[in-house]
Amino acid sequence: MYDTIAAAATAAGEAGIGVIRISGPDSFKILTDVFRYKSGKKLTDPDPRRMIYGYISDGSRIIDEAMVVYMKAPHTYTGEDVVEIQCHGSPVTLRQILSLVLERGAGPADRGEFTKRAFLNGRIDLSQAEAVIDVVRARSQAGSAAAVSQLSGRLSSRISSIRHEMADLVSEIAVRIEYPDEDLEEMGNGDIISAIDRIHGEIKAMADTASTGRVFRDGCRIALAGRPNTGKSSLMNALLREERAIVTDIPGTTRDTIEEYADLGGIPVKITDTAGIRESGDQIERIGIEKSRGAIDSSDIVILMLDSSGDLMEEDREVISMIGERRCIAVLNKSDLPRKLDPAGILAETGLAESTPVVEISAINGDGIKDLIEEIKKIVYGGQVSMSQDIMVADARHEELMKESMKSLSDAKNMLSHGEALDFAESDIRSAWMTLGEITGESVNDDIVNEIFSRFCLGK
Amino acid sequence: MDLYEMGNYDVIVVGAGHAGCEAALAPARMGLKTLMLSITLEAVAMMPCNPSIGGTGKGHLVREIDALGGEMGVNIDKTFLQSRMLNTAKGPAVHSLRAQADKRRYHEEMKKTIERTPNLDLKQAEVVDIIVEDGRVGGIVTRTGAVYRSRTVIIATGTFLAGKIFIGESSFMSGPNGMAPSLQLSENLKKHGIPLRRFKTGTPARVKASSIDYSRMQVQHGDEPTVPFSFMNESPGENQIDCWLTYTNEKTHEIIRDNFERSALFTGEIVGTGPRYCPSIETKIARFPDRKRHQLFIEPEGLSTEEMYIQGMSSSLPEDVQRDFYHSIAGLEKAEIMRPAYAIEYDCINPLDLKTSLESRIIENLFFAGQTNGSSGYEEAAAQGIMAGINAAQKVKGEEPFVLDRSEAYIGVLIDDLVTKGTNEPYRMMTSRAEYRLTLRQDNACDRLTEKSYKIGLATEERYQRWLQIKSDTEKEMKRLKDTKIKPEIVNPFLASLGSAEVNESVSLAELLRRPEVNYDNLAEIDTDRPDISYHSKVQAAVNIKYEGYIKKQMRQIEKFKRLENRKIPADIDYMSLEGIRNEAKEKLEARRPDSVGQASRISGVSPADINVLLIYLERMKYAGKSSENSGDNSDE
Repeated sequence: MYDTIAAAATAAGEAGIGVIRISGPDSFKILTDVFRYKSGKKLTDPDPRRMIYGYISDGSRIIDEAMVVYMKAPHTYTGEDVVEIQCHGSPVTLRQILSLVLERGAGPADRGEFTKRAFLNGRIDLSQAEAVIDVVRARSQAGSAAAVSQLSGRLSSRISSIRHEMADLVSEIAVRIEYPDEDLEEMGNGDIISAIDRIHGEIKAMADTASTGRVFRDGCRIALAGRPNTGKSSLMNALLREERAIVTDIPGTTRDTIEEYADLGGIPVKITDTAGIRESGDQIERIGIEKSRGAIDSSDIVILMLDSSGDLMEEDREVISMIGERRCIAVLNKSDLPRKLDPAGILAETGLAESTPVVEISAINGDGIKDLIEEIKKIVYGGQVSMSQDIMVADARHEELMKESMKSLSDAKNMLSHGEALDFAESDIRSAWMTLGEITGESVNDDIVNEIFSRFCLGK
Repeated sequence: MDLYEMGNYDVIVVGAGHAGCEAALAPARMGLKTLMLSITLEAVAMMPCNPSIGGTGKGHLVREIDALGGEMGVNIDKTFLQSRMLNTAKGPAVHSLRAQADKRRYHEEMKKTIERTPNLDLKQAEVVDIIVEDGRVGGIVTRTGAVYRSRTVIIATGTFLAGKIFIGESSFMSGPNGMAPSLQLSENLKKHGIPLRRFKTGTPARVKASSIDYSRMQVQHGDEPTVPFSFMNESPGENQIDCWLTYTNEKTHEIIRDNFERSALFTGEIVGTGPRYCPSIETKIARFPDRKRHQLFIEPEGLSTEEMYIQGMSSSLPEDVQRDFYHSIAGLEKAEIMRPAYAIEYDCINPLDLKTSLESRIIENLFFAGQTNGSSGYEEAAAQGIMAGINAAQKVKGEEPFVLDRSEAYIGVLIDDLVTKGTNEPYRMMTSRAEYRLTLRQDNACDRLTEKSYKIGLATEERYQRWLQIKSDTEKEMKRLKDTKIKPEIVNPFLASLGSAEVNESVSLAELLRRPEVNYDNLAEIDTDRPDISYHSKVQAAVNIKYEGYIKKQMRQIEKFKRLENRKIPADIDYMSLEGIRNEAKEKLEARRPDSVGQASRISGVSPADINVLLIYLERMKYAGKSSENSGDNSDE
């Protein structure tokens, strides 16, 4: 439990700076491995607790400029040697630096693990013990709750099925080892290697989603679209207030769209508040409209904001035409005011698809927000948006475990293709199987023994 | 009946099978006054099932027992008839030695050793009760009223305890091989609060050698040269017999299927749980109906008998059916069955009621070993026997328990599996059960265990010196292999002959050895100046070099494992008061009371989150003493 661990200490999402924290005995070694002064020189003997400017490099390529600080045990947050790397806050940069740090020997930190270590090392007052236990406890509960949700449920069932293939393979090999005298139909090394290749490919396909997929990293992208004064900003605030899970609050690169990250009922989302869309000859406004159009085009779900206290206007129809075939939720805002738009007739009136959910809300007093979140969940879990059709690897820890698992499989293959010892190859496949099981929390050795007995006819 | 006092001992061992022998020899050799009791002295080191020692996983256990100073390895080296190293093509970690034994001689030699061991008395007596005072055992009572007092008692009753034999529709109370069963002890153990359960095992028929037609079977010779089990030996001698292979066929299966209803296994007569890995022939045919044939292995039982053991054919079918299906097999058409196959059911304890020292959690100073703990196999029994013997001795001496963990020995895996996870069938050792088997090899067992045993006074000075010699020779040989460079003109023809890539510069023997095509044996061709060292040193040196990278990798895994294993849990911990651990886990932890966090993590029903919470509590307890100096000092962040 005292391996060196690392994780992003700042929350996911675009931010000015991001911090990677490393804790444990190898922290400093890892830092010297990845950090170079501006001059290209290695870090040798820095003053602890002093910020140092330079860059992070994987040896051949500079990843980012960074400020780093090294803090010596025991007077640190965790009580261990701690390194913090401050870099630019983009999720891509953070992920690249974290991957590099993990590659150089740190293990991925579990959620709450820094705090846990702080506690274990006596750095947190005893009165806080219960709180720490709650954190640990809550994590496992959240984990099991997540397992029933469809998104992560799919991940774990995929992993289970890959692990089952691995267990089959291990038991095929194990039975040759345990029962050398039995006349069993045996797999040749070639068969074992192609099985390894197949399994490796399956894990790789999953791990690759960590860099190409985006659901858990960026969240499901929701665009708020509507003509000015329909209450988009109020809804944004209401959504964020509702869940109190805002992680950042950063204006976008232009003043025209605002992006927020939130956790809506367990779904990480990126909400883009588009500029009020109206036709305009004004050059600046035109740019804003283009951006809004872009936001709508790249969204997974569009929330169409209509003002139910007013009539449907030409500008509303403009927005609707921009939405086109995209998955959409029609929101009739201002339910606190006298109603002019009829929710029952609105789809026909706007020409939106019949399956479009319609929700009445009051962004001002919060009425109907829960219903809206439910509709968003239905769409995400119902597999109606593209992102939920794939298995996405969310967690850096999961990604790392998959990589480790693939590495063990490669070792096994390497061993076998050189005609080397079957027992060593088997131990590699077994450790790949154990490692993958850490993602889903099912790593029980007995499985394999049971597998042997259930599949083969053996005995003296 | 009047009871009478017959003597005082430090350790009493009930049973003289493979567990009992090691359990009695260990404390006697550690200088404690030991008594060994058996229902009949003919049962000392008896092999009621197959006539062989070792095999996959089991061979590892024998080497470990030997490294600790036990007798099994030495005894089989004295009495083996044929020796084979299994799995030689499958990697060094699973090389497994197996030897065919002369059963009678195995029994005689072991009995002789026991008789000649100082501090050890061997007596024929049926133990019917244990004496328990204040929750602590104080001796035993025999059927004839004799009372022997002792500080500790080890129960190693095997299949004798309430043994019941099944042959077809008949069943009767019996020990193995028609010996008397132990009936009263079972009832009395229950009375003392030890829960018992029923397990079942079986053995095939013994067939007369002269009635077998070997021309219809395949012969299986032993390996030349033979390899010793014991680290004390260099070569155990010549192979003296052959074994034979034959197969069942459709006709055999038909006969068995037609008589399913006459097998005690299917009539519901047998309630005990049998082992999945050692099923009777009728179970195999019922469970795997698609298999056209099953392999049989014909093994001589000794030089002084015509009895041949038919491995793969244990059964509880009636004798007439047995005769018919044996006769349907190639080579056994005229086979004369001398002893019929039978199933045997027996009482055993639940090993979850034991500590890792094999001491009972229910009655202090009472130990259990062998088949009575729910294992099967001679080697598994002997391994527990030696550990129970050592721990009884440690207890008498007031020393700490002697426990091997999963990274130190197969023995550690075996005992941890039994006492931590429990078992629902007779437990067999398998290499797959050992997570760290790349370092738990049979070639390095002495490296792992001899010094530990020497320190507690079991391994003799002679054995310790022998180990030191093996160790220093191994190290020297490794250094020589690394330092000796061979020129390309000598190396290249050798490499070419193996189809291995040639070299341009001089290369060390160690580098050559790491090539897949090269092994220590074929390397001898160009490594002409080898030192005269022990077989054991050569094997170890070669494996250590050839697989250095893998071994290092495993050492790191072991380090990780040890961290949780070394976190001991205070004996007085109150699990029920720990908030944050789920109730199911609390109950399991409270019932098992694991020694370490590592052991706790292997209890079924205890989740990783529970372990995290437990760790936090343990730390809190540790820091509770120095809370004053720590509090308020957390603001450096």
